[in-house]
Amino acid sequence: MKRRDFLRAGSMVAIGTVAFPQIIRSQITNLKEDLPKMLNHFRVTEADLRKVMAIALEKGGDYADLYFEHTFNNYLALQDGAVNRAGSNIDYGVGIRVVSGDQTGYAFVESTSMEDMINAARTASRIASGSAKTPPVKIDEKVFKNHYPIVKSWEDATIQAKMPYLQKLNDRIFELDKRVTKVNASMNDSTSYILYYNSEGTLCHDYRPMAILSGLCIMQQDGKIENAHSSRAARKDISFLTDEVVETVAQEAVKNTALLFNAVKPKGGEMPVVMGAGGSGILLHEAIGHAFEADFNRKKTSIFSDKLGKKICDEHIHVVDDGLIDYDRGSVNFDDEGVAGQRTYIVKNGILNSYLHDRISAKYYGVSPTGNGRRQSFRYIPIPRMRSTYMENGNYTEEEIIASVKQGVFVDNFTNGQVQIGAGDFTFFVKSGYLIENGKLTQPIKDINIIGNGPKALADVTMVGNNLKIDQGAWTCGKDGQGMPVSQGLPSVLVKQLTVGGQ
Amino acid sequence: MISQEHKDLARWAMKYALSKGCSDARISVYSGTNNSFDYRDTQLEKLEQSSENGMSIQLYVDGRYASYSTNRLDKNELERFIANGIEATRFLAKDEFRQLPKPERYYKGDGKGLEIYDYDYSKVSVDDKMALIKENAAEVYGKDERLISVTASYSDGISSSFMITSNGFEGESDTTYYSISADTSMKGAGDSRPQSYWYDSAVFWDKLEKKNIGKIAYERTVRKLGQEKIASGVFPMLVDNTQITRLLSPIIAAIYGNAIQQKNSFLIDKIGEKIISDKFTLTDDPHISGARGSRWFDGEGVATKKRTVIENGVLKMYYIDTYSGLKLNMEPTIQGPSLLNCVHGNKNFDQLLASVEKGIWITGFNGGNSNSTTGDFSFGIEGFLIENGKAIKPLNEMNITGNLLELWKNVIEVGNDPKMNSSWRIPSILFDKVSFSGK
Repeated sequence: MKRRDFLRAGSMVAIGTVAFPQIIRSQITNLKEDLPKMLNHFRVTEADLRKVMAIALEKGGDYADLYFEHTFNNYLALQDGAVNRAGSNIDYGVGIRVVSGDQTGYAFVESTSMEDMINAARTASRIASGSAKTPPVKIDEKVFKNHYPIVKSWEDATIQAKMPYLQKLNDRIFELDKRVTKVNASMNDSTSYILYYNSEGTLCHDYRPMAILSGLCIMQQDGKIENAHSSRAARKDISFLTDEVVETVAQEAVKNTALLFNAVKPKGGEMPVVMGAGGSGILLHEAIGHAFEADFNRKKTSIFSDKLGKKICDEHIHVVDDGLIDYDRGSVNFDDEGVAGQRTYIVKNGILNSYLHDRISAKYYGVSPTGNGRRQSFRYIPIPRMRSTYMENGNYTEEEIIASVKQGVFVDNFTNGQVQIGAGDFTFFVKSGYLIENGKLTQPIKDINIIGNGPKALADVTMVGNNLKIDQGAWTCGKDGQGMPVSQGLPSVLVKQLTVGGQ
Repeated sequence: MISQEHKDLARWAMKYALSKGCSDARISVYSGTNNSFDYRDTQLEKLEQSSENGMSIQLYVDGRYASYSTNRLDKNELERFIANGIEATRFLAKDEFRQLPKPERYYKGDGKGLEIYDYDYSKVSVDDKMALIKENAAEVYGKDERLISVTASYSDGISSSFMITSNGFEGESDTTYYSISADTSMKGAGDSRPQSYWYDSAVFWDKLEKKNIGKIAYERTVRKLGQEKIASGVFPMLVDNTQITRLLSPIIAAIYGNAIQQKNSFLIDKIGEKIISDKFTLTDDPHISGARGSRWFDGEGVATKKRTVIENGVLKMYYIDTYSGLKLNMEPTIQGPSLLNCVHGNKNFDQLLASVEKGIWITGFNGGNSNSTTGDFSFGIEGFLIENGKAIKPLNEMNITGNLLELWKNVIEVGNDPKMNSSWRIPSILFDKVSFSGK
């Protein structure tokens, strides 16, 4: 049941909006003052941490860290008009990593007893083969700015407090369109206690919330059935659940579904593509974001491996990977290796400015880590991952961009994407959009894949709008078998040429 | 294997849940052991080891239902966890269709006979596993100056579960796996760095391919050098056995009871109808000895048996669990596929390839999706242009677009080469009239 995937799918990394249907407490309210509470929560002392660290380094690793996690996940859902299903999961454990050069030893245990942690530390230490190193005696507690403060935790949210919002979402979707036949509404919330300690003496902790509300709308018209989905996600406490977010999801799900009955498939082939503001950030995520993750570049398998410091697109283009947006799904106070969240320019003035680093790649390149070392849970090693990836505003209005296209497509609603890091070929699946004919949006289109090549697509971005929007949907990025919450955004842009699916 | 202690814990949890007001419950404990090693170029890059345990509890309380899981197996914590779970479940809406399966549908055997557990698992030495990936990396490393990197990975593990229900089911399943894969990356034209992979997996160490994984990954990468796209057009499409499941899985997804009941399927009310080509027959064959996917019972404890899913293009069944069955007012079948088997044709892959005058052979899908209510699909692809029965040019950056039922109506021929290490044993298949978009 819990078995890991047999296979890594080669160099493929993918993203999708599928929201995965998926109780001790010592609630942390103030990150500055609550370290003793957090140590107590995991039933460890500073002396315990030093002892386990000494064992992790007994074979001479260069670096080691301990990642403690306790996560509470809750799931609540509505089908056929009633909130009639719920679930919870509790996950608890510690992951111990030892790094020697660019080699990694990793083990995790689902307990924080000294015996279990010492055994795991011993297993991880075997990656190195030298003489023991001594961890620092002094503990250096780090406190980071909190981008997702919790006022009232999901741990205090009862099922009966959440239920009315799902019922309202259901009722609103039915009210908005007579053709609606089924609604699936669901919400997920999670709260994670994180305690992190490394061989440099850094000790820090975090209390991370996450929430997702999603609605699937199914409509029937003249014997035809269509469905579409909408979701909102944030690193937020109970204050996430409002009538406004319910209304937004309801409106969007209905609008996205209704559009499909009149939609056609375009004639396929190469054509200009206008990416509407918001979810179109999937273009950045797939076309360049993954290829800028430094592990691929350190191993020289990325198509951008030789491009650092080089001009790769128009000088007015700036692309950011940002971990500091308040309450954003991709935000991190610190990443999963104790490095402060940051705002990293991956492209500045059209020049490839920085890769997205974890500690291993930062050391390899001789730069500071960028706070991109993330992991799905204590069961996994941290690797370079995106946070919130977006392009900064340009000067055009969306109308000007659309008006510049004689024949092409406008797309702004996506379900998933994928990229091959080395070849640079990326794709995203368009749930709906419009044809552009003589500078105007005309017929709706649906269910087509768009494929392009990363460096070429970026170089082909010839107009950038002034309407940047960060998409608030529940995007989950998959890489090396690890799912990671991210967000993405884009102002409306024109990509001169991509290959559009069609018949 | 699940320890006696954890089996007792599951029985205790059942008793406790029933004593606290559950009318019914299903409780599972599971455990897993996993080891993995990655070897890149000339050195070990990563070693990971872990073992894990957990319990999942499905509660039926006052006509309501919820499901909870935890990896905290301390009895005191479990007491609170179960009591809280029952309390929370009581707030949900009633759902009369939530019931355990009727006891007569449960599997009642002793669990033996499937041969999906390698009793010699612990006898395989770490040195042998390391040697395996070192050798497979060495098959490639330094053999070609265009080569950027080769990574050989090995993983193995045991996964076990033990499930009981309040109406009499008790079952255990244990399985082992071994897997080896290799990834190679090469310098291509311009900045391009094509990559490919190969792998094998097995239930038994003795059955795992131990050689040529690196070599095949390398060959699969070399043949991609010089990929380009060609003009859009309608061609026959040959999908090889490494990729064909991608085109079958949306059809399987569309015959789940939940999809049918939620009107989220393009195969509603199609039982007994011819939905696709009569050249395609699919069975679910859950009792093949030593095969991945084999099992005696599903996630509800219901006994599996051989079933015909599609016979000569006619849809013969839906996957209906207890809940969907009651909601749809249909006889339940089984929760989902175990081991899918396709009736073979006569030609192997090379013969299928040779039969194509002009067409495209798909070696990989790149993204894309399909519409769950209409069956419309659009996928990114890579592969080869076929002319006069030969693969003559590597292709990439193209899309195929169409409707799944139309596509499967246009089967020209089903091959005889299913991948036997997969639980979906589907051979290469040649389709006619597929829309490709390219230049």
